[in-house]
Amino acid sequence: MNISTKYGIGMGSPAFIGLGLFLLIPFIMAIFMSFTNSRLLSPNATEFVGIDNYAQLLSVNYIVLNAERNDEGLIKLDKDGDIKYPRVRRHLKSNYPELRSYYELTSFSWGENDKVVILARDPIFWKSLYNTIAFALMVIPLQCGLALGLALLINRKLKGTNFFRTLYFAPVVTSMVVVAIVWTFLYHKDFGLINQYINTLTFGLVDNINWLGDERWSMKAIVIMSAWQGAGVQMLIFLAGLQGIPVDRYEAASIDGANEWQKFRYITLPGLKHTITFVMISTTIAAFGLFVQVDVMTGGGPLDSTSTVMLHAINKGFNEQDTAYGSTITVMYFIIILSIALLQKMYFSKKEA
Amino acid sequence: MSSAIVLNTVDPYATPKKVLTYAVMLILAYIFIFPLLFMFSSALKPQAQIFEDLYSIAAVLPTGDISLDNYVSVFESSRIGLYFFNSFFITTTTVVLSLLVNSMLAYSLVRLEWKGRGFILTFIIALMIIPLDGIAIPLLMLVSHLPWIGWDSGLVLETTWLNTYHVQILPLIANPFFIFLFVSFFKDIPKEFDEAAAIDGATPFQIYWRIILPMSKPVIATVAILQFLGGWNQYLFPVLFTQSEGVRPVMLGIQQFFGNNTEWGEVMAYASLITLPVLLVFLIFQRQFVQSMAGAGIKG
Repeated sequence: MNISTKYGIGMGSPAFIGLGLFLLIPFIMAIFMSFTNSRLLSPNATEFVGIDNYAQLLSVNYIVLNAERNDEGLIKLDKDGDIKYPRVRRHLKSNYPELRSYYELTSFSWGENDKVVILARDPIFWKSLYNTIAFALMVIPLQCGLALGLALLINRKLKGTNFFRTLYFAPVVTSMVVVAIVWTFLYHKDFGLINQYINTLTFGLVDNINWLGDERWSMKAIVIMSAWQGAGVQMLIFLAGLQGIPVDRYEAASIDGANEWQKFRYITLPGLKHTITFVMISTTIAAFGLFVQVDVMTGGGPLDSTSTVMLHAINKGFNEQDTAYGSTITVMYFIIILSIALLQKMYFSKKEA
Repeated sequence: MSSAIVLNTVDPYATPKKVLTYAVMLILAYIFIFPLLFMFSSALKPQAQIFEDLYSIAAVLPTGDISLDNYVSVFESSRIGLYFFNSFFITTTTVVLSLLVNSMLAYSLVRLEWKGRGFILTFIIALMIIPLDGIAIPLLMLVSHLPWIGWDSGLVLETTWLNTYHVQILPLIANPFFIFLFVSFFKDIPKEFDEAAAIDGATPFQIYWRIILPMSKPVIATVAILQFLGGWNQYLFPVLFTQSEGVRPVMLGIQQFFGNNTEWGEVMAYASLITLPVLLVFLIFQRQFVQSMAGAGIKG
């Protein structure tokens, strides 16, 4: 072995060991464990269970419920005047024994008196997936748009912009745990500053919002806070991108009489193409890993409205010690992330061609 | 339209535009800073004062009945000192080891010639897509069964990494992204430096240590800052890997304190205490922070 090889492998080995032990092996373990019944602490030997975990995670089905009728064949109504349907779980047990491990995910009315019930063996996973996608779809445009706006403002290079840049970036260096705790107070229904400010700005027209306690608002609350916390990073990345656009392009456009919007549309945006690709992909991956905020602020509630894929994985794999099932969710999470990254790469490189 | 005129005319709206820009920047500045101001001011106030101040700008200012009582209570009623030490120890060790380990591999990959290094570099770049938090569950399974040689009035063989410092340090060290940052930087240093030193009889490690590292302060600052933030702010791994209070970091300390405490001011005092060190480091090394974030983005 020559000296270069000897030193090369020697100096690289601490990192090789680290990457192998803490990144590669767990990654492979996740795939293996998802086909077993492994538990964190278990007296029984781990067994191979085939695709059971995936079946549990992904199985969906549906049933049609007919309205309940009384002895004369008339449809029963509840006290609000809505049609009464049989209870899903009891109905499944007595009429569909093969579906007894299923739970209601959602339902919609069908025909005049019937209702279709979508069933899943793990409805919380599907809710979590839906919530995670909803979070990503809201937070990506908000955070990236905000960041681009901030970068454009800072890039005007007026006096004092460095000071403003520092302020916009300050939330980034604040830990997400601290941010989540402070915002839990800010979001308080009666004593929170956010409701206070909304109240002032709308002259008291809007009722206090129960941000974290109302399932219609909880995820939006997390979106706003997350965008606020993270926008500073993308702002700096956009700023670096903006500074990479040659000034003479803007000068040439001015000579041709272009207005501000035209300059933005035809010089700035195309000039930021690579930056935008990078920011979109990295923000998407981060958004799909949403965990700390919900763990600290809501624990996934109310009514699972803020449960996420990562939170579900941790709940199953750690709190319930079902490491096999937690690993199965982990594998799904990787499949989602990898396909999104690939799709975005393809989309942006196609646009380039 | 004549171009000369456009170039030579002073924009008549320059001043109003400037005023408008400043107004927008100020409003945004308030939005980005008021939660932190609220945190620091409320930390100084008793509950009654916090609620009284809600309806005016006083909410984000240290006004009225202010004192350090909340801070005193935090120190009396929680083990914040211990958590602080733990976080400090974990973070500094992580930063130092991370700088060494990642830069050594990067050096080995771009400045030493050996078979297979190209493939390994490609492979490491591909590993960048794996988010560290994503592998938490299998990693939990792994570290709960890893052996370690510990010390308990003599060497002892431990059978798990749970509830230790090293389980919060070692998994964070080797990092594909940091390796990539070092690789991009080392690549651009002219080879003549190494060659000259090699002729003088320096070993590859000496070249790395005495020549390459001293020239790499910007990338060292970048990695140190990113790893410092990552270490100080880590939450998921300690949640999973440490059940015993003795080795837990500040982020778990505040989460527990928040769960057991209804005094807003005390929670805010705790939050202020664990935020201040990072905020100070940020203000001192601001330029490096900004460059590291921007650089991390561009090269990624």
